[in-house]
Amino acid sequence: MDAATAHAEAHTGHELSFWRKYIFSTDHKIIGLQYAFTSMFMAVLGGLLAMFVRLQLAWPGRAWPILGSLLPGGMPGGEMTPAFYLASVTMHGTIMIFFVLTTLLTGGFGNFLIPLQIGARDMAFPFLNAISYWLYPPAVIVLLASFFVAGGAAGGGWTAYPPLSALPQAAPGSGMGQTLWLISLAILIVAFLLGSLNYITTVLQLRARGMSMLRLPLTIWGLFVTAVLSLLAFPVLLAAAIMLLFDRMGGTSFFVPAGLIVGTVPVDHAGGNPLLWQHLFWFLGHPEVYVLILPPMGMVSDILANNARKPIFGYRFMVASIVAIAFLSFLVWGHHMYTSGMHPLLGTAFMTTTLIIAVPSAIKTFNWLATLWRAKIRFTSAMLFTLGFLSLFVTGGLTGIMLGQPPVDIYLQDTFFVVAHFHFVMGLAAIFAAFAGTYFWFPKMFGRMMSERLGKWHFWLSFPAAYLTFFPMHYAGMMGMMRRIYSPALYAHLQGLQPINIVVSIGAFILFAAQFIFLVNFFRSAFRGPKAETNPWGATTLEWQAPSPPPHGNWGAHLPTVHRWAYEYSPPGAAEDFIPQSHPAGVPVPAGDGQGPAPGGDGVQGDEHARGGRG
Amino acid sequence: MEVGEQRRVRATAWGGGESPFAVPWPKLMMWLFLLSDALTFAALLSGYGAMRLTSGAWPRQADFFNITAVVGPMTFILICSSATMAVAVGAARRGDRRLVTRFLGLTILGGLAFLGMQAFEWTSFIREGARLTGWVGHAEGIPPMFPATFFVITGFHGGHVTSGVIYLIIKALQAARGRFSGETIEVAGLYWHFVDLVWVFIFTLLYLI
Repeated sequence: MDAATAHAEAHTGHELSFWRKYIFSTDHKIIGLQYAFTSMFMAVLGGLLAMFVRLQLAWPGRAWPILGSLLPGGMPGGEMTPAFYLASVTMHGTIMIFFVLTTLLTGGFGNFLIPLQIGARDMAFPFLNAISYWLYPPAVIVLLASFFVAGGAAGGGWTAYPPLSALPQAAPGSGMGQTLWLISLAILIVAFLLGSLNYITTVLQLRARGMSMLRLPLTIWGLFVTAVLSLLAFPVLLAAAIMLLFDRMGGTSFFVPAGLIVGTVPVDHAGGNPLLWQHLFWFLGHPEVYVLILPPMGMVSDILANNARKPIFGYRFMVASIVAIAFLSFLVWGHHMYTSGMHPLLGTAFMTTTLIIAVPSAIKTFNWLATLWRAKIRFTSAMLFTLGFLSLFVTGGLTGIMLGQPPVDIYLQDTFFVVAHFHFVMGLAAIFAAFAGTYFWFPKMFGRMMSERLGKWHFWLSFPAAYLTFFPMHYAGMMGMMRRIYSPALYAHLQGLQPINIVVSIGAFILFAAQFIFLVNFFRSAFRGPKAETNPWGATTLEWQAPSPPPHGNWGAHLPTVHRWAYEYSPPGAAEDFIPQSHPAGVPVPAGDGQGPAPGGDGVQGDEHARGGRG
Repeated sequence: MEVGEQRRVRATAWGGGESPFAVPWPKLMMWLFLLSDALTFAALLSGYGAMRLTSGAWPRQADFFNITAVVGPMTFILICSSATMAVAVGAARRGDRRLVTRFLGLTILGGLAFLGMQAFEWTSFIREGARLTGWVGHAEGIPPMFPATFFVITGFHGGHVTSGVIYLIIKALQAARGRFSGETIEVAGLYWHFVDLVWVFIFTLLYLI
């Protein structure tokens, strides 16, 4: 006991300088917030690029003199150049997938929540965690620098298919911009790998006493399995990126085929295989989709149970389906390549594995619905965004079943139908879950409440605008409108679709504008919001037993112990409608304060964990 | 009130409160890192397989590499260095400082010998006309992928051996001053054995088959 108390004092007693406390911190909570803030900055940037894309697609060829004076390179005279348009499309995708959703969900929420929800003081290796974050800003700087080099930023799409990405002469953005894109991504991959090592080790090693794997909140299951996916998938992209860098800078031709002619000039590379890049890329790329959606699935499960005041339906099936989705995600990469040239039998195999993923996904969806069944739902902002997630995920999931079948996909490949599909199922769904998570965990992050009124405005503008933006895209895609096309006015069969494109763009502008309500709410609440209590939502998981915000070391003198699963909502006969995970069995729950008993524990164990935590 | 109640929560293997695999976190983290690194090599080697299958004729490696005189012996040396590493780990568990230092030194020598022979191998390959980008001089029909995959894969592995040698030098210097534990040497050993194991695959796929 004495050792543990002394240790806790060491944790909280001495004051760190501003730089050590907020900038070069090894505290998982600070690192999580650093990830979140950097991701928010990138999200605004990625959204802005999408606005450029929509501006061009709704009014192709129109001159915008004000924008022209702001961006003389990309919009000379106010008219967007094809190179700037393609760079916007590419960088929007790259930023949103790698620099916003991956970093926000695993880096932001993962770092903040994992130690708190499993009852640990910090990550297993806090210093490595800090390194993981500090690789992220350099990657951002390298990526943003690519806008200012000759030829502009990369324009070959976020998938960077060669030969467009392998040969500097292939397109304006294939020059220095593409090289910087690759370097930036390689740095970020290393950051993800270091982070994943920490998340997996922490969840396996540092769970508090009593926190068995099947008592973990589903948020942790989502983040844990995601870390495993990252650990296995990103190294493959790293290997591919190294080979592509050699092609670009060392003169090799891993991905450049023989006999290629760019413009009228024959290329002096020979003997490579561009399909190999697609295989390696999608071997990462498909698990990456689940890196973006598994943490949201976990987070919304917890928020849903909390606001429905009911236990999550089918906990074990929820866990099993997360694991099943993760496993299957390594067997389906070929469904991105049906039209790249593939033996039909292989296409059938990939179709089968792809459609099997619908089973665990549907299990999750029906379990969420069953959790809502006859519940007394609290419509908080977090809950609204959770319900939004469900709707968007189902909409996107259904089109996924269509696209997973080669006979359908051959017609819809590379059309706006695909754009609509993945924006619903991973873009919107993941970002809505991130909003839900922010509204839900904000009191724990900053010790203050966000404005529910602004939160509801945010939701009721974002949700219809999301459908207004992306639902008509299905129709445009079925009519044959290609994704990444510079101007729909170029083709006669697309000119009739122009009203749809204008509607989509107006929806997109509303969607983008609505996010500023969130930003205002976020920053105002962080400084001026009403003080949050320890457990404002009446939640069961461990983080709500720590002060808001939790101090360095999280738990004071004693680590919590865990006596039950994370979903003890509305238990019959209890004084309150929830029992915290740390509440001992057989002890009546004290009514009134809504916090349950103070987490207790055993001194020796506390010391043991702290040692692990200090590294 | 509940102290007696809470003491009933025991630390169990998977029940929280202790490591499910009964290992400290550095060792688990090294295992996970090696898993991820293995996938990087797997991607490079399956890429190599795809290149080779789609390149048409692939040259006979024995015409270009000195397998019996150089590559075979350097493979043997690397495997021997795994054996000396294992002795160092055993000595570290017993706390035998002199033996740890001596056998870490031998392992480092093995790694350096391997790197030296690889440098020799690269030099003679380059003298024959191999370049990263293809082939120079008179050797018709050698696909450019043949030297390119060779340099990238053996180079990537050589980078791993080099960082392993640096890692072991640091550990050996620490051990010489008495700052070592069975644990840290074992974690270093895991990395070293992994690098050896990967070489066995590279040796088989690039030189023998």
